[in-house]
Amino acid sequence: MLTHVVRVSLIGLVKLLIGANPRWVEAAPDLRKTPAQSIYFTNHSSHLDTWALWVALPAVMRARTRPVAAKDYWGNGIIKPFIALKVLNAVLIEREASRHRDPLAPLLAALAQGDSLIIFPEGTRRAQAEPGDFKGGLYHLAEAFPEVKLVPVYLDTLHRSMPKGSWLPVPLICTVRFGSAITRIANEHKKAFLNRAREAILKLI
Amino acid sequence: MVDYLVNLDPNQQFYCLIGGVSVLLFIASSIGWVLKTRLSQQAHASEKSRNTINNLVVRVNAWWVMLAVLVVAFLGGKLGTVILFGAISYFALREFITLTPTRVGDHRTLSLAFFLLIPLQYYLIYIEWYALFTILIPVYAFLLMPCISVLAQDTEHFLERTAKIQWGVMIAIYCISHAPALLLLKIPNYDGHNTLLLFYFLLIVQLSDVLQYVFGNLFGKTKIAPIVSPNKTLEGLIGGGLSAVAVGAMLWWITPFTPLQSAGMAAVIVIMGFLGGLVMSAIKRSLGAKDWGNMIEGHGGMLDRMDSVSFAAPIFFHLVRYFFSA
Repeated sequence: MLTHVVRVSLIGLVKLLIGANPRWVEAAPDLRKTPAQSIYFTNHSSHLDTWALWVALPAVMRARTRPVAAKDYWGNGIIKPFIALKVLNAVLIEREASRHRDPLAPLLAALAQGDSLIIFPEGTRRAQAEPGDFKGGLYHLAEAFPEVKLVPVYLDTLHRSMPKGSWLPVPLICTVRFGSAITRIANEHKKAFLNRAREAILKLI
Repeated sequence: MVDYLVNLDPNQQFYCLIGGVSVLLFIASSIGWVLKTRLSQQAHASEKSRNTINNLVVRVNAWWVMLAVLVVAFLGGKLGTVILFGAISYFALREFITLTPTRVGDHRTLSLAFFLLIPLQYYLIYIEWYALFTILIPVYAFLLMPCISVLAQDTEHFLERTAKIQWGVMIAIYCISHAPALLLLKIPNYDGHNTLLLFYFLLIVQLSDVLQYVFGNLFGKTKIAPIVSPNKTLEGLIGGGLSAVAVGAMLWWITPFTPLQSAGMAAVIVIMGFLGGLVMSAIKRSLGAKDWGNMIEGHGGMLDRMDSVSFAAPIFFHLVRYFFSA
């Protein structure tokens, strides 16, 4: 009950602040008509990114889509874990690489359960909207789950709404642009794949 | 009939007006419904006429929603009205700044414009502090906003950025706030009627827009400013404008004006609204957009609906204040 109330209020707040209007670009299938298990990967420039994408998803999809968040930030205290684990149903991961366990393990487990994921393949926020080089995570997830759709998403104004280092947002309308899922190419090299994935986001600009 | 209307108390007059507007909207909805049914029976209806009628239906539906919101706010009294217009300013400024190229150095200024300036401007209306209300933005915000931006030490396009932000703040907050500011005017023999004056103003502005659109669609030939706003025609302006002035004259009984004065005021509202629409359209185009947003279905964004209000409100406010208030 509490979770539900908080979730609905947060969705309202996000819409009031940044709109988070979805737009299905060109051939992108309307997700409301064809919900399929997907990995949404997007450019990362602000703390609002996860919220925008999560709110822009149709409710049916949102219920099965889990943002990926850093454990060192979201795991501490009472409120943050409540928001991350209960409200967003996020998958928490270790940012520091460890030799003892695979940092991607929680993501692979979520995909194995049939959940969709929201990930930021750059790993860190940038000052501008254009994404930087991708880290390898997306490639490994795509390898492990070849049937999951890889959907590029572009967030257009959030680097201005809440740039790194700011604590008060500027309300700007964010259009969440969903592209068509990128095609799979057999035996593609990691670097080529990651470049192609990045290009897919750039095409949405 | 007129005596009867004049002698009603302000609340009853208010309900008469809401009733009148509802009847108009009901007629518009019925026309839309008839056209839509007829069109669906025609096998060879063109794509264009289909779109026009769909757009008409969507627009009328949006008007029902806007009327409902307005009535709820008015029933909430001065506080409700101030909150409604504060929200309108917020959404209008959000659309303006979204299309305006700003840089990281403007971030703090912009946050303060949204979260400090808007509440403050409307709070001043609420507590009826007229003197500060009129200078808060043109004097204090004008000087202090660049002072905050300059601390970020980003000189790239500094003047352009500052000027654009100031334009947005003037239009979206200052100008629009002059509509609810009508509530703070003290007009002799008009105590407790100010909400009606605000309703009169909004009705004339919006009716003028709608009638110009209707007359333009029916008789429009001569384009006034095809580059800035291809839909504005001389026929639309004259037909729509004169009809709005006629309605203004007929509504004199809810205003502090005589019928002739009311026609004159309506004419000023029509002309300023028209010019405002033109200027805001030019600004929109210079920022590279066709609509300000997509908040109100069929109409575009909040600013597409408020462009004429923002230009007409301050002039109407000051004319009333100068000639009619105590």
